[in-house]
Amino acid sequence: MVSIDKFGDFQIDVLREVGNIGAGHAATALSKLIQKEIDMKVPQVKIITFDEIADAVGGAEELVVAIFLRVEGECPGNMFFIVDLGSARNLLKQLIGMEESQEEMLSELEISALHEIGNILAGSYLSSLSDFTKLNLQPSVPALAIDMAGAILSYGLIELCRAGDYVLTIDTAFLGGEQDVNGHFFLIPDPDFFEKLFVALGVPLNGDY
Amino acid sequence: MEIIKIGMADLGVAHSPDRLRTTGLGSCVGVVLYDQVKRIAGMAHVMLPESSLGKGNETNIGKYADTAIPQLIKEMVAVGASAYNLTAKLAGGAQMFSFLGGNDTMRIGPRNVDACKAILEQNHIKIVAEDTGGNCGRTIEMDAETGILQIRTVNQGVKEV
Repeated sequence: MVSIDKFGDFQIDVLREVGNIGAGHAATALSKLIQKEIDMKVPQVKIITFDEIADAVGGAEELVVAIFLRVEGECPGNMFFIVDLGSARNLLKQLIGMEESQEEMLSELEISALHEIGNILAGSYLSSLSDFTKLNLQPSVPALAIDMAGAILSYGLIELCRAGDYVLTIDTAFLGGEQDVNGHFFLIPDPDFFEKLFVALGVPLNGDY
Repeated sequence: MEIIKIGMADLGVAHSPDRLRTTGLGSCVGVVLYDQVKRIAGMAHVMLPESSLGKGNETNIGKYADTAIPQLIKEMVAVGASAYNLTAKLAGGAQMFSFLGGNDTMRIGPRNVDACKAILEQNHIKIVAEDTGGNCGRTIEMDAETGILQIRTVNQGVKEV
């Protein structure tokens, strides 16, 4: 099996490009949805310990809204679309003119709308990845949770924590035009993801090119 | 008073008046052991039920219920706790995304809880309190002075068991 700690700069660059293409398409979809410019940051490919998984979104206890999809097929993994609660409310307001509910948490209707937004965005991330690699990817029905970032993201670690103590994440942050919507696309590949991807793209499995 | 942070797949021991804390338990289970006489507390943040699920060379015994709990008992006894005085409290084991219930991997929360209970029973440790299951994340803090476990969730605030 391919081992993430043997990746050289070349493999990391390829994975960054995966994030670039996937999140790029998703950001375009988001921009069309809310008719505003979206700035996407350069994707970060990181090999981290389990504890660091929530650092990028403000720590394990940070309250976040997350859409989760399990990806099956030739490149299995877990996909998260994560925004903070304020961004989620702003998204809803801009997208469908929903007045903020006065409740502290989101209403059922708001949750349903967010679910659909997450579905569209994660779907465009994955379908562009599938087009680019010609690999077969099947996303699950998306699920939504509003809870602590650590509790949510650790769900993406279950499969791969069986294989080691480190995890590779492809994290792409984005910022809405008026800086009132910011969030992350996280792709956490399973250990089996890399070999198929690298073979499909003609990339050596480890070391430098 | 010092708060000792326990990471994912990690375990640790504290003496009164120190505290043990782990954040963002989802499907993971926080296992807390306590010797009330010696006022020594131990905490493990378990990710998976059995070490047999591991692939390849396993270095991290804190990850699995069947390796973390015996190790935690050993470490507590090594610093003066009595194995027969230990009681346990459990928190976590939630199903964060409930629709995926059919899949074995996705049912990992309840499986973790069951495994922890089985290992505790094998070691003759009584569970005196638990806050497990459901679909919410939990942050827990154990006070080695009083043996009180604080459990914080997003929707229900803080409760003590």
